[in-house]
Amino acid sequence: MAVTTDTGADFRTRLQSWLPKLVLSPSLAVMLIFVYGFIAFTIYLSFTDSRMLPSYEWVGWQNYDRLFRVREWNIALTNLAIFASLYIAICTVIGLMLAIFLDQKIRGEGILRPIFLYPMALSFIVTGTAWKWFLDPAIGLENTMHLWGWESFAFDWIKDREMAIYTIVLAAVWQSSGFVMAMFLAGLRGIDNEILKAAQMDGASNFQLYRRIILPQLRPAFLSAFVILSHLAIKSYDLVIALTGGGPGNATALPATFMYSYTFTRNQMGIGAASAVIMLMTIAAIMVPYLYAELREKK
Amino acid sequence: MAAASTENAIRSSSFSRVLIYLVLLLFALFYLLPFGIMLVNSLKPLSEITGGNMIALPREWTIEPWLSAWSTAQIGVQPTGLRPYFINSIVMAVPAVLLSTIFGALNGYVLTKWHFPGATIIFGLLLFSCFIPFQIVLIPMARILGILDIAGTTGGLVLVHFVYGVGFTTLYFRNYYAAFPTELVRAAQIDGAGFFQIFYRILLPSSGPIIAVSFIWQFTNIWNDFLFGASFASGGSAPMTVALNNLVNSSTGVREYNVHFAGAIMAAAPTLLVYIVAGRYFVRGLMAGSVKG
Amino acid sequence: MGFLDIDNVTKAYGAVEVLHQVDIAVEEGEFLVLVGPSGCGKSTLLNMIAGLEGITSGDIRIKDRVINNVHPSQRNIAMVFQSYALYPNMTVGQNITFGLEMHGTPKPEREKAMAEVAKLLQIEDLLKRKPGQLSGGQRQRVAMGRALVRNPDVFLFDEPLSNLDAKLRVDMRTEIKKLHQKLGTTIVYVTHDQIEAMTLSTRIAVMYNGYVQQLGTPKEIYDNPSNLFVATFMGSPAMNVMRVRLEERNGALHAVTTGAEGQEIALRIENAPAGYAAYKDREVILGIRPEAITDPEGADRNARNIQALSNTVSVTEPAGADTFVTMTLAGKDCISRMRADAEVHPGQPFDFAVNMDKAVLFDPETEERII
Repeated sequence: MAVTTDTGADFRTRLQSWLPKLVLSPSLAVMLIFVYGFIAFTIYLSFTDSRMLPSYEWVGWQNYDRLFRVREWNIALTNLAIFASLYIAICTVIGLMLAIFLDQKIRGEGILRPIFLYPMALSFIVTGTAWKWFLDPAIGLENTMHLWGWESFAFDWIKDREMAIYTIVLAAVWQSSGFVMAMFLAGLRGIDNEILKAAQMDGASNFQLYRRIILPQLRPAFLSAFVILSHLAIKSYDLVIALTGGGPGNATALPATFMYSYTFTRNQMGIGAASAVIMLMTIAAIMVPYLYAELREKK
Repeated sequence: MAAASTENAIRSSSFSRVLIYLVLLLFALFYLLPFGIMLVNSLKPLSEITGGNMIALPREWTIEPWLSAWSTAQIGVQPTGLRPYFINSIVMAVPAVLLSTIFGALNGYVLTKWHFPGATIIFGLLLFSCFIPFQIVLIPMARILGILDIAGTTGGLVLVHFVYGVGFTTLYFRNYYAAFPTELVRAAQIDGAGFFQIFYRILLPSSGPIIAVSFIWQFTNIWNDFLFGASFASGGSAPMTVALNNLVNSSTGVREYNVHFAGAIMAAAPTLLVYIVAGRYFVRGLMAGSVKG
Repeated sequence: MGFLDIDNVTKAYGAVEVLHQVDIAVEEGEFLVLVGPSGCGKSTLLNMIAGLEGITSGDIRIKDRVINNVHPSQRNIAMVFQSYALYPNMTVGQNITFGLEMHGTPKPEREKAMAEVAKLLQIEDLLKRKPGQLSGGQRQRVAMGRALVRNPDVFLFDEPLSNLDAKLRVDMRTEIKKLHQKLGTTIVYVTHDQIEAMTLSTRIAVMYNGYVQQLGTPKEIYDNPSNLFVATFMGSPAMNVMRVRLEERNGALHAVTTGAEGQEIALRIENAPAGYAAYKDREVILGIRPEAITDPEGADRNARNIQALSNTVSVTEPAGADTFVTMTLAGKDCISRMRADAEVHPGQPFDFAVNMDKAVLFDPETEERII
């Protein structure tokens, strides 16, 4: 804590004590208006009959009522459930596995690590472009297998209404699992080696060492990975647009694509706003307890 | 990843080591393949792609797809290539990155070294604002940009990216400065340095790593953004990601895959370059922001 | 009116008062040490003098000027921090002159002042280095140089030696004392180390729980502690304290307790202060320093009242110059300090000599000294 002075101070001191607040205030104002003011406005809109333009006619819960009757929204929610659970689970498993393997004094770790990580630096649009073509049966993987003589090989999930959502999982895992690996690796490197040596003296096998000593200590990394991945999953928009455009039909629609199309192309702003509010609430339900705990811990 | 690899207490048998290397190499292949194949095929004529094997190296090497993607490909209705959009993205990203870093640094400094009542609440609000789904602000943002008469301009996007980036940069700088000894600030106060002097002379010279982190994080996010670009930029002011999506998903004419690939790599090049040059800071920054909250 | 006046100063965070009505007048050239366990309020008080923390009520004056709301840099003080707080990006020379630069001193004068200070502290050959390249002792010198160069009215030291290893700490302690004797500056020095407090200070303020427990010269504090806390906090090994009964026998007050085998031990008190009478036939706390319990040959020749005490020795700890001998008294360990060649053996009976001139009594309820 630095200087705190109040009344009766000389001018320089008073100016100095105001400067911090003055410097912080533009960002604070911007945040209050552009984040919290906008949230309030969108929540308000979700209770009006806004269509192409905002309208201020109060309609109560009508938009929410209609939203949950729209088939596409229910598809989007189901897709989100499938996508988020698989995305989080697979990223965590792959990330943890790669981190543990890389932590075994691997030769060439310096080369492997950036290879695992680089997809994170790419735009989802680039990722989508690459995978869209790779998964295209006519010229991608399926075609290559056919050319190599494996005539019966079939991999056309991207064209399949039932399976298309899994291609999104595939591309998303490709992009994010390396990042999860990095988080776990940092956690592993932070574990005190003397504890591991002590456990080995106690006669723990490698498997027991990981299950009983190491994994429990990675709890914060698990929690962070879960929070970040679920947050990314709920916001997912670009990847769907680039990979499938929400199709075939609307088989790969997610809440984010639903919100955009209802608000800006189908002129149902009230329903779009309602769907955005639901998304915010879902993220808040995950983030607020996490952030609260983190902030309290710091004190 | 900054952590120096220490003496590892875990030993394993040579059989399991072979297995471990095998798995690691397989995953390396998994991460490299899509992008690698895209790179190879961007150097082939279109006929070799539609009629040939994607894994094969080009029989006839050509940079024609790259030239086309850069300067002549049809983006939307204009045959301009991606060049103007690449420039748009740079014009958008550079000021937005600079602004959000400057303000983030000052905010972090104020929040850690000049405690005042309510600082924790302010920080909590700022922190939560980093994690909102941007869909919740799309509608009012479109209205405000219209009212300010900067809808559909690069300036409008700079504003948007500053507004929704400054929370993250503040978070980074706050975490970094929290570990910066407060005694140094006190010593400087006794020495007679003022608010800005302490920042310039004492904190800033030690802020190299976190400035790099903020630059890299902001640049990557802003360059890779699609949602804001698609929502608030129109036609000629679109950023690179939007232009690439238009190029790839344009429904007219023959799909020139090789041109699409060249375009995708162009869109990826700046962030990849940043990642290759300064990747270590990037990961360290992500850790600072995510794990420590 | 002192040179530095701390006048009825309190500090509260919200409703919690952490410093209660502190009143200290420091004379010019004095070396005042604030000593106490962590959380006692000593650092808070120092920061209030520095201007790094606000003052809730009361006044702080330097040379009769109230400085409550004066910015730290305008108080004409300098501070040496526990971590030294050297600016990592500046050279030693820049660190030393930064304050002068901020106060607008012209460059030639800054260079001159820096050269003088560097010569005084023998750090001339370090001026071009960065703090990261210095050893702990060198950093300590630079931190002092930074304070000295400002030629302030008052020097503030915040546990400056606690980051040094034991040997260096003793050397730097001497160095600081020499510097004080040479320059005659006014110093307020915070530490939790009672030996530092004893050796350095001209006066000590012992603090505990936000109160100044006692303010006095090192000798006053050591010989006449005003309460049980001061008695046990100052001195190493700590003063022995035990519950005894005060009884009158043969016309004199005796402190009565039991030894290791349950035998009664009665120690005669001579020239008892007037206050003792009220405690006759009651329990009191007897305090006696280890060096006041010796072997009979080692007893202080000037003492008037040496009492013999026969008891079983439980542990002996030879420490080179002295041997510490532990016995059980009133059910607790009681440490005595003997000459190194005293013939003492664990498990054996021994005749201790207790210098009762040095014994002090405390009220068991209030823990205040009985006088």
